[in-house]
Amino acid sequence: MISIENISKWYGDFRVLSNCTTSVRKGEVVVVCGPSGSGKSTLIKCVNGLEPVQEGKITVDGDEVTAKRANLTALRSRIGMVFQHFELYPHMSVLENLCLAQEKVLGRGRKEAVVRAEKLLTRVGMEDHAKKYPSQLSGGQQQRIAIARSLAMDPIAMLFDEPTSALDPEMIKEVLDVMIELAQEGMTMMVVTHEMGFARKVADRVIFMDEGAIVEDRPTNDFFDNPESERAEDFLSKILGH
Amino acid sequence: MNYNWNWAVLFEEQYLSWLISGFGWTVSVALSAWCIALVIGALVGVGKTVPNRVIRAVSATYVEIFRNVPLLVQMFIWYFAVPELLPDDWGRWMKRDMPNPEFVTAVIALALYTASRIAEQVRAGIETVPPGLTSAATAHGLSVSQTYRYVLLPISFRMIVPPLTSEFLTVFKNSSLALTIGLLELTAQSQQIAEYTFQGFEAFTAATVIYVCIALVATGLMQLLEKYTRIPGYVGTEG
Repeated sequence: MISIENISKWYGDFRVLSNCTTSVRKGEVVVVCGPSGSGKSTLIKCVNGLEPVQEGKITVDGDEVTAKRANLTALRSRIGMVFQHFELYPHMSVLENLCLAQEKVLGRGRKEAVVRAEKLLTRVGMEDHAKKYPSQLSGGQQQRIAIARSLAMDPIAMLFDEPTSALDPEMIKEVLDVMIELAQEGMTMMVVTHEMGFARKVADRVIFMDEGAIVEDRPTNDFFDNPESERAEDFLSKILGH
Repeated sequence: MNYNWNWAVLFEEQYLSWLISGFGWTVSVALSAWCIALVIGALVGVGKTVPNRVIRAVSATYVEIFRNVPLLVQMFIWYFAVPELLPDDWGRWMKRDMPNPEFVTAVIALALYTASRIAEQVRAGIETVPPGLTSAATAHGLSVSQTYRYVLLPISFRMIVPPLTSEFLTVFKNSSLALTIGLLELTAQSQQIAEYTFQGFEAFTAATVIYVCIALVATGLMQLLEKYTRIPGYVGTEG
């Protein structure tokens, strides 16, 4: 479904990604973790072309993202993305947030978009808040809406960029629950997160990154039970130690 | 001080009609210029933020030229110099046949100048929109122009209503410079009344009061607009 081959990326002289290669099969859930600054967010932003790469090749469902003439808008509309800071459109009601791209990108009619939006709001438990504005809601609620907004596009895969990092602890669960449900329904997912409980529960594989490189890329249980590299071991002991 | 006060002069039919006509021209020049300036200012302001380098450079050049040359000089250039620079036929048309040349010239000069100032505010407004929102719109497949149309501009225009208010007031005040190219707007009419009646104090007091009234109405309108377009609970606005 998603294949990443030998990609490298520089900001000026600084190399943020070096020779990363991995792939995600249909229906697979992959968690990307690593210390901050390791390039994990950059990596998943390359998957839908939000960040250009200088070397290497990424294909999603057979379409090359990194091709010079890639139709990125069409491709992006098929890949959902959820951000750390939700990024809901502040000047639109929750319902409008879910309808905008459906109508303007997919060309759905108003009625169809609203029906789809309402169905997804119910799914994430936010059906009573359709008329509210994002800033009238808690972080957890906003993130659930952001997930619904991406799902409204009927994506073939979902990317999550630290979806719970900006949340108060008591709101993390409500967002993770939605994500776990999604994973169990067979959605293809690439998730950058520090929630190791989530990783253990639903991830098929864990990718561990450090200094722009993929250090480990292994089945979840193998990664947690006996990490191969010292860096990963060190990281796990710090993150699980408390 | 041996000044012969005579407020009644302002209400004599001839002078009153001069004031009313001056008020009319002031409002017409200012509002026409404002409408044009909003459109051009929005385009140029957007132009300063788009990814395309050429468009950015052209927009920046526009702003630097029109913002940095004094408005009075710009009025003179449009009125006295431009007709000479154009091809003969056009120049002759501007000087002889163009309807209401003082009015049209004043509107063009004031509009292009004000547009450069609005452009800077639009740019600033767009830059205050968190970059993550652009990423989100892009990630959902919206094109660059759709992102501007549905996300960046609606948010940034709401944010810049307060600075636009002072720009809106300024356009009325700046319109007084049109008197230098012969438009009989409010200031010119007051000056004329002063010359005819020797009641300068009364004449310019009348102008002052009318300008203040225009400003108060304009401020009131903009406050209504601000209230109406406020994003519930958003940063920088009251909950």
